[in-house]
Amino acid sequence: MKKNDVVISVSQPKQSASAANTIFVICNTIIMILFVIVTLYPVLNTLAVSFNDGTDALRGGIYLWPRKWSLQNYITVLQKDNLITGTYISVLRTVLGTITALAANALLAFIVSRKRFLFKSQLSLFWVITMYVNGGMIPIFLLYKSLGLTNSFWVYIVPGMVSAFNMLVMRTYMVGIPDSLEESAQLDGAGYMTIFFKIISPLCMPVYATVALFIAVGQWNSWFDAMLYNRMSPEFTTLQYELMKLLSSVTSQGANADTMQHAQAGAVTPTSIRAAATIITMVPIICLYPFLQRYFVAGLTIGGVKE
Amino acid sequence: MASTKKQVSKFTWKEFKKQKVLMIWAAVFVVYGLIFCYIPLFGWLMAFQDYKPRTGIFGSEFVGMEKFTQLFSDNTFLEVIRNTLAMGVINLVLTFVTAIAFAILLNEIRLTIGKKMVQTISYLPHFLSWIVVTGILHDVLASSGIVNELLMNFGIVDKSVNFFAHPEYFWWIVGISNVWKETGWNAIIYLAAITAIDPSLYEAAAIDGAGRWAKIKNIIIPGIMPTIMILLLINVGNVLNAGFEVQYLLGNGLVQSVSQTIDIYVLKWGISQNDYAIGTAAGIFKSLVSIVLIVVANQLAKRAGGERLF
Repeated sequence: MKKNDVVISVSQPKQSASAANTIFVICNTIIMILFVIVTLYPVLNTLAVSFNDGTDALRGGIYLWPRKWSLQNYITVLQKDNLITGTYISVLRTVLGTITALAANALLAFIVSRKRFLFKSQLSLFWVITMYVNGGMIPIFLLYKSLGLTNSFWVYIVPGMVSAFNMLVMRTYMVGIPDSLEESAQLDGAGYMTIFFKIISPLCMPVYATVALFIAVGQWNSWFDAMLYNRMSPEFTTLQYELMKLLSSVTSQGANADTMQHAQAGAVTPTSIRAAATIITMVPIICLYPFLQRYFVAGLTIGGVKE
Repeated sequence: MASTKKQVSKFTWKEFKKQKVLMIWAAVFVVYGLIFCYIPLFGWLMAFQDYKPRTGIFGSEFVGMEKFTQLFSDNTFLEVIRNTLAMGVINLVLTFVTAIAFAILLNEIRLTIGKKMVQTISYLPHFLSWIVVTGILHDVLASSGIVNELLMNFGIVDKSVNFFAHPEYFWWIVGISNVWKETGWNAIIYLAAITAIDPSLYEAAAIDGAGRWAKIKNIIIPGIMPTIMILLLINVGNVLNAGFEVQYLLGNGLVQSVSQTIDIYVLKWGISQNDYAIGTAAGIFKSLVSIVLIVVANQLAKRAGGERLF
């Protein structure tokens, strides 16, 4: 990145500088604390509601701690067949989708980052164009339909395997690996596939981790494809889509608290079930992302600033 | 776009044979790309046809621009364009300003552990799906939710506001939920840019007696300006893409006139009503506007002598 020339023109009286700094530090700390509260409160509140007795929660006034502890919400959620299927499909698509997409993007990045490859700029351009131009929802829908990808699990895996953005992030990283490694391996008689698996890939683990995280989060969180392509096939539904159905059923009933209390003889309400389901979908990601932090920070910086 | 190195190997059959494995895989990727990214482009033809699913693209009658005329005489579509643009611009401005401000302020925190903790927490919402976020939002903004409770405690309103029933709040709810979700994530790149600023500049400024504000104003902001410009460019092209999931999930009958975006319109006409031609025409319009926006933004940046994408 280029650095701009900076003209330093300071016109602050020196004696008040330290007082101003103290005020700045105090204000800044307050802003950061507020930021943390605003970020965490809604999540912690949902957590508290999910562990609270459902009917009791309707009275309101639950903030960060459950008033009347109950595991009933989770038990109810985990007994719902559609949520179990959804969880299974979501885990499967996340694992399978991440592995296949990572492999495809890595191989493509490997090809276009070979200095000697004859069509490297053409092949890069071929994929970069896809970042800016696409057929749009309806042509794509019709294509998937004619390929038999609707009402099928494979619609989650096959069409999204290559992403130009992820490929470019990996390419940038691979271009930075010294050519001498490849050349000496070639002298030893290694083919391109050996170089890819044995030499380049082990060195690319940080960027693979970054891209894998991007893909995995996208797979886990996506719901629109389930709604668009697999609405008629409850066996291929995903957790997020089931959560969405739960959400809209709660919202439409929400205005009518009477019916809700009436309908719930037990200790759960749609709101409390939803809170539990929300927490279940969040848990895997919340457990993972802090550990992958340094990878995605590095990956974003490669992908965004240099590209 | 960083172009690949200039020294391109000359094409010879000998070299081609050496790279046989690469060529085979490259061909696989080209076929894959043609199928999934380029063939759908032929679907654009539908927008110029009286498309009938039974006869398909090759059997349907061409009607020229008729579908586009129909589209632009539909008041709903004009409303949809307005909504998409308004929410796109609101999102862009709000998320930009907050991310930059957050990055600068976080950088000023001297306590390393505090800084790390705040940053880790700030990423959290980015990893949540819009389903989860809108679910949380419904709770937070409910009549017994925390926002109404605070507003009532401070005496700003005397009875709880139903935020989702008032069209005038909708765009801002979308904007603020975007801010909540993406501020920490978007700040990553600015924090990296701030770290790249030459430390000797701060030292020089300290000698001149610059306070924190002076340093932010005269060193940090000019230092991250190229990053800001390039991200602005990328995002201007995406303004029309800013609206789908959250509007779809938060929208309801009461706010329909302000919540519908182009993508929702396409979904409604194309997929639900099976009017593929109108849906495709709306999609084409969106793509063209996006391309125009990105080219214009790029030209403006070029003229201003700043960073540019291509």
